[in-house]
Amino acid sequence: MAAVTQTVEQVAGLEKYKHGFVTDIEQDFAPKGLNADIVRFISAKKNEPEWMLAWRLDAFERWLAMDEPDWAKVNFPKIDYQDSYYYAAPKEKVGINSLDEVDPDILETYKKLGIPLREQEVLAGVIGSPRYAVDAVFDSVSVVTTFKKELAQVGVIFCSMSEAIREHPELVRKYLGTVVPVSDNYFACLNAAVFSDGSFVYVPPGVRCPMELSTYFRINAENSGQFERTLIIADKGAYVSYLEGCTAPMRDENQLHAAVVELITLDDAEIKYSTVQNWYPGDPETGKGGIYNFVTKRADCRGDRSKVSWTQVETGSAITWKYPSCVLRGEGSSGEFYSIAITNGRQQADTGTKMIHLGANTRSRIIAKGISAGRSSNTYRGLVSAHPKAKGARNFTQCDSLLIGKQCAAHTVPYIEARNGQAKFEHEATTTRLSEDQLFYVMQRGLSQEEAVQLLVNGFVKDVLQELPMEFAVEAQKLVAISLEGSVG
Amino acid sequence: MLKVTNLHAEVDGKEILKGLSLEVPAGEVHAIMGPNGAGKSTLSYVLTGRDGYEVTGGTATLDGEDLLALAPDVRAARGVFLSFQYPLEIPGVPALTFIRTALNAQRRARGEAEITAPAFLKLAREKAQALKIDFDMLKRALNVGFSGGEKKRMEILQMAMLSPRFLILDETDSGLDIDALRIVSDGVNALRGPDRAMLVITHYQRLLDYIKPDRVHVLAGGRIVASGGPELAHELEANGYERYEQAA
Repeated sequence: MAAVTQTVEQVAGLEKYKHGFVTDIEQDFAPKGLNADIVRFISAKKNEPEWMLAWRLDAFERWLAMDEPDWAKVNFPKIDYQDSYYYAAPKEKVGINSLDEVDPDILETYKKLGIPLREQEVLAGVIGSPRYAVDAVFDSVSVVTTFKKELAQVGVIFCSMSEAIREHPELVRKYLGTVVPVSDNYFACLNAAVFSDGSFVYVPPGVRCPMELSTYFRINAENSGQFERTLIIADKGAYVSYLEGCTAPMRDENQLHAAVVELITLDDAEIKYSTVQNWYPGDPETGKGGIYNFVTKRADCRGDRSKVSWTQVETGSAITWKYPSCVLRGEGSSGEFYSIAITNGRQQADTGTKMIHLGANTRSRIIAKGISAGRSSNTYRGLVSAHPKAKGARNFTQCDSLLIGKQCAAHTVPYIEARNGQAKFEHEATTTRLSEDQLFYVMQRGLSQEEAVQLLVNGFVKDVLQELPMEFAVEAQKLVAISLEGSVG
Repeated sequence: MLKVTNLHAEVDGKEILKGLSLEVPAGEVHAIMGPNGAGKSTLSYVLTGRDGYEVTGGTATLDGEDLLALAPDVRAARGVFLSFQYPLEIPGVPALTFIRTALNAQRRARGEAEITAPAFLKLAREKAQALKIDFDMLKRALNVGFSGGEKKRMEILQMAMLSPRFLILDETDSGLDIDALRIVSDGVNALRGPDRAMLVITHYQRLLDYIKPDRVHVLAGGRIVASGGPELAHELEANGYERYEQAA
């Protein structure tokens, strides 16, 4: 039988999701369901000030009046928003000052996931390996943030969103919701009402953040949603590189992850934001379970010559629906989007970016690589627009799709709008199938079929992998390989 | 070295090889000549284990081991190398990376240690120079945007680096000008030795002026219909394949 026709049988027999375990700990839940009292409950749990509660309640009112959007190329049964927990937290959480106070089961969880939370563990790593600080978010709360003191010495604030609301209200009030407004879209609005935790970063003027920052999101509790909210501000001339990783246990129910990420760069500032998304993708054969990853990520390049770079490796989730975008407001500001989106089994992804050119001489670059295998569907959806004032705006887009097998689908939906005569946009797109000729050629040189697929796929995504911070690029490469294990018979 | 006995094989249900027998002892170079559609490429794919080429009868052994039972990559590790008629492009994978990955995969399969980076680079420089391949070209994605001649040279370079025992050259002369033909042939001849055997598949006698065979076989209608010394190639060049096709 020809190699690729065996795809489906092979994929079906695999148990390849390696983060599917559940941590058994005592948790606090809000009562199931969603109403204004739940919003108050969440706010109270977090000891939030009155203004924050008012903001949430306003968002909740608006959300009630909105309809769930249906334009994305994904199919799923209607979500029952009353059948979920909107707050789940490990017990005995409040007021943790050091790692020793964190529930050992949680530390063990992160250890299993390969995320070092003890600073000495990070330091004890390979000599010369770059250190990075971690904010660990477990269901609805941040359990620990490492390297805070060291970062504080240079004025960098890196903490959980809940802490930022209490400790740095002036910054939060100034920036929260200014990039993704409360009622931007259905899921962002829901997030504004019930957001649980997330990371907050502020890098003061002229400071280059001395280490990589990262947040590790873990959904553990059953029937719960995760609604984190992340806000990163790079003040004038500042630089920060930030990475988020995500995993979840294998469960038969779908779980909703509706996050909001807002990035703000002032004059000459730069933010590099990388995502390695590996939520549980659901059962590859039946499509049962898995995370609905409906996320709003947007950057506002407010300052002149500022820069934001999004890099994402999307391998997990039953359904992915996200478009990390850049609003290029400042003169000469630039945005980049590098994406690898892999779908296998029954996964569906509708992802891409928006580059909104508002200022003069703004530049953007999009490199999107989609890989579909099994019976999955993978859509690139992107918008590049230049407004009348964006004279001299430039964009380059390259959008490549790779198909493995005969039952998967790839779609490309680019929107291009130039509202002035001096913008220059380029768009290149290719769709190819992983060919049996190529596979045989590589195998004839001595590589097994798995190795051959890995080599070919790594070649396909190379342009994007090299944009990731080095210590994560290797991880991402492995993840790509795992996601496609058995995709060819 | 290679022993093929009464081999039958089909593609998409159509029988292409119909009882082919062939023996290539170590140290010898054998040429296979024949008209289009005779089964020349099919033979090379069957020997290397390509999917879709189904063996329905007969045997093929390499030093007594049943080749047909092995996966393509295992055959490669045993030392079977096919120089493709149309080498494939491998986007995003530099030629050097590709060859090193292949070499190490083969060495692992044989239980040998992986080659060190300095040793590998030294070897690559040496072999590339012999084939007049600009070393910078090895940093580019394998075969992407290469000319026909460059691709063929790259095949011979891989062959030289992987150092196989049994070599199959499928229409290596196609698409080569006379200078490139000489360079490629020199590369192939450098690999001749008492422990190696080669099967050179070609339409034309021309290549055999450069790579001198010990034996020449005529493949027609899925079987070897005539065998002889190098003079057989000249005879074919003069009189064509017609009478062999009738015989088949």
